[in-house]
Amino acid sequence: MSRTGQRRTPGLLGLYAAGAYAFLHLPLAVLAVFSVNASRFTNWQGFSLEWYRATLRDTHLAEATMNSLIIATAATLAATAIGTLAAYGLWKRDAPVLSTSLYLSLVTPEIVMGISLLAFFQWIFRFLSLQLGMHTVILAHVAFSVAYVVIVVLARLRTFDASLEEAALDLGATDWQAFRHVTLPLILPGVIAAGLLAFTISFDDYVITSMVAGVDSETLPMVMYAMARRGPNPVLNAISTLIVVALGTVIVISERLREK
Amino acid sequence: MKRLRRLFLAPAWAVTGVLFLTPLAIIWVYSLLSRGAYGGVIWQATAENYQRLFDPLYGMILLRTFVMASAATFFCLLLGFPLALFISRAGRRKHLYLQLVILPFWTSFLVRTYAWIFLLRDTGLINTALLSLGVIREPLPLLYNDGAVLLGLVYGYLPFVVLPLYATLERLDPALLEAAADLGARPVTAITHVIVPLCAPGFLAAGLLVFIPCLGAFLTPDLLGGGKTVLAGNLIQNQFTTARDWPFGSAVSLLLMAIVMIILLVLLRRGERLV
Amino acid sequence: MAEPDAVLELRGVTKKFPTHVAVDDVSFRVPRGELFALLGPSGCGKTTTLRMVAGFEQPTSGEIWLNGRRIEHLRPYQRNVTTVFQSYALFPHLTVQSNVEFGLRRHSIRETAGRVRKVLELVQLTGKESRYPAQLSGGEKQRVALARALVLEPDLLLLDEPLSALDPRLRKQVRAELKQLQKRIGITFLFVTHDQEEALSLSDQIAVVNRGRLEQVGTPREIYLKPRTRFVAGFLGAVNWINGVGVRPELTRATKDPPQPDLKWARGVVERTTFLGNVVQLEARLESGETAVAELPPGAEFRPGDRIHVCWNAADELPLVEDR
Repeated sequence: MSRTGQRRTPGLLGLYAAGAYAFLHLPLAVLAVFSVNASRFTNWQGFSLEWYRATLRDTHLAEATMNSLIIATAATLAATAIGTLAAYGLWKRDAPVLSTSLYLSLVTPEIVMGISLLAFFQWIFRFLSLQLGMHTVILAHVAFSVAYVVIVVLARLRTFDASLEEAALDLGATDWQAFRHVTLPLILPGVIAAGLLAFTISFDDYVITSMVAGVDSETLPMVMYAMARRGPNPVLNAISTLIVVALGTVIVISERLREK
Repeated sequence: MKRLRRLFLAPAWAVTGVLFLTPLAIIWVYSLLSRGAYGGVIWQATAENYQRLFDPLYGMILLRTFVMASAATFFCLLLGFPLALFISRAGRRKHLYLQLVILPFWTSFLVRTYAWIFLLRDTGLINTALLSLGVIREPLPLLYNDGAVLLGLVYGYLPFVVLPLYATLERLDPALLEAAADLGARPVTAITHVIVPLCAPGFLAAGLLVFIPCLGAFLTPDLLGGGKTVLAGNLIQNQFTTARDWPFGSAVSLLLMAIVMIILLVLLRRGERLV
Repeated sequence: MAEPDAVLELRGVTKKFPTHVAVDDVSFRVPRGELFALLGPSGCGKTTTLRMVAGFEQPTSGEIWLNGRRIEHLRPYQRNVTTVFQSYALFPHLTVQSNVEFGLRRHSIRETAGRVRKVLELVQLTGKESRYPAQLSGGEKQRVALARALVLEPDLLLLDEPLSALDPRLRKQVRAELKQLQKRIGITFLFVTHDQEEALSLSDQIAVVNRGRLEQVGTPREIYLKPRTRFVAGFLGAVNWINGVGVRPELTRATKDPPQPDLKWARGVVERTTFLGNVVQLEARLESGETAVAELPPGAEFRPGDRIHVCWNAADELPLVEDR
């Protein structure tokens, strides 16, 4: 009784899992399929790359993509540097106020972060003659991605053998040299993984970005959001597919590096 | 060493201090001030913004938000647990199966939400398919309602529960299951009577990790609710954009933050690693 | 001031951790050119002592002198002391050559090639310069760790359980090589071990540590033959405790006939005998209830149940002076 049941249950569980994976992946797969549909409606009319051509021709999209790339690159570089140094400092000895603040920033609803940054920038601008723009978006992105970097790098450091650093000090390296020549090279895969993760989060963000963006800093997600609110659109399917493939590749690389 | 460590922590202190804690402090101050005519605030202290939270109109929105987040959490746990169980028993393929959950999670939340517009719309794939098969004559109203929002939230945050539940299951002693089977428990009984109770802490952590983002959800209700499903997130956004009532928007934000902080405290107290 | 013949001197060094006192008022001197061992069970504070000398831990109180200079407040890179770590701690991302060069570069020494070549020759690793640590055997790793520490010509070389990560079959051989090497280069070695055989065979002097306190310092012979405390006696080898007197099994005899009058003895019954080739080990239960072990020539013939006299020379009794 129990034995036959045992054999059957994994089968049921497997069937369930297949359904769950379909639920997770099919919607994206369907988007991809209809991005190469000749018709602009949801009935299959044959293969066509028309929507990809339309996507690539669209200068508005190209501009928004450029903005997104600039913002994500700048924010990633800053957040990765700041987060890596912070993770190292926290690994040496916890600073409870800082680490709790970082955790809190991780679970703060995006909309709350967005409006509070908006309120902050507007308040600052009363003293400085500045306006919302790329710089405010980049600052906002740094603010929310530092915590992700800290967590990924800290996880990496926890597997790092601290005696290697002692060995470096022992052989005459200063604390900075030990970090620079021993610790950093050895945790580098984790640092790069953290950077790639920060990049995807930054590249994809809509909620916070939309609150602190100015006229010159419309990002790709902002354009896509406006399109999505108007309803399905084969061009949007094409962009979505490109993004899923691109960010998916970045994430796969990031995960590989984390295990390295 | 102490000096170097302080130097290393300084930029992170600057970022969290200036770009996270200060903005929160500002909206805390704003929540106690009066609204300006064209957005912004007037420096006149008032408790009115918090009193308005008890206004039935806004009370209903907060209640809806709470119910929606609870329902999404419930379904995420219900759907996520068997998946986590499956992965924990997958042997050498565990890793691959886990990656298949993580991958959609990190790739574009926006695209994943848009996918459901594509599927659920009147002229979307599901309605088109059902119409052409002759199952229905009129398109079903699948999009722009509470159900669509709930679906979007569950879809969006399902991976969030699978990871911590999987981690909990991994820590379980497999001998416990064997012991249960040995004592004559059928597999389903073993799951409901042995595994689920043992995973209770994992359920709590996973549930809270979904509950928090659902509570502050903005994108999903906005896109899939079509403006009909107003949750706390939409209310905040609305106050800072069209309604131009920053003080009230700040008060709602702080209410959300208070709930989030309480939950975070519960999690930290239990010694959970958050990610 | 430390006397000039001592490379290292610890004076009343104490290290308190939040939960316990790891090192409790320890003082000793390490003479120049010697191989000095810190011996004790795990958790006795010997590694913490070593780490304080290296500079990884700061003493709570007490002084550490190196070549007549107080160093306990200095960072590790400010002390001319190098360490061979228990796990070797070789930099996995650097080749053998770069591992050995690492310290020279940190000290801005330009002429590295010659010194690296010489030290690799010394530890017989010539030809392995471009290997990475992962491509080396356990014994080779240990020699890289030695080379990396020796190339800086330290005043003092610290070794933390230097042989414990090695294959047991290799240990004896490496032990001999290590001793030879030390005598050849003349650098003072301070090493930590929990293995009394290792300490006895390698060192010029041994400091026995127990529960954070120094029990005794002396040559291996002194420590083994004239232990001052019951702990030292028991930690360095087996002891028969008979009427409060300690005797090593190899100095204990057994006879069926009454023993000669100049010997001290006790009556007992043979419990078991074990033939070990070069000796026969005999265990006897004494009338006092204590157990005694005697190591006898292989020809000795006793059977369980035999009534015997366990006897020894009064001169062979361990001269304990104190008991804690």
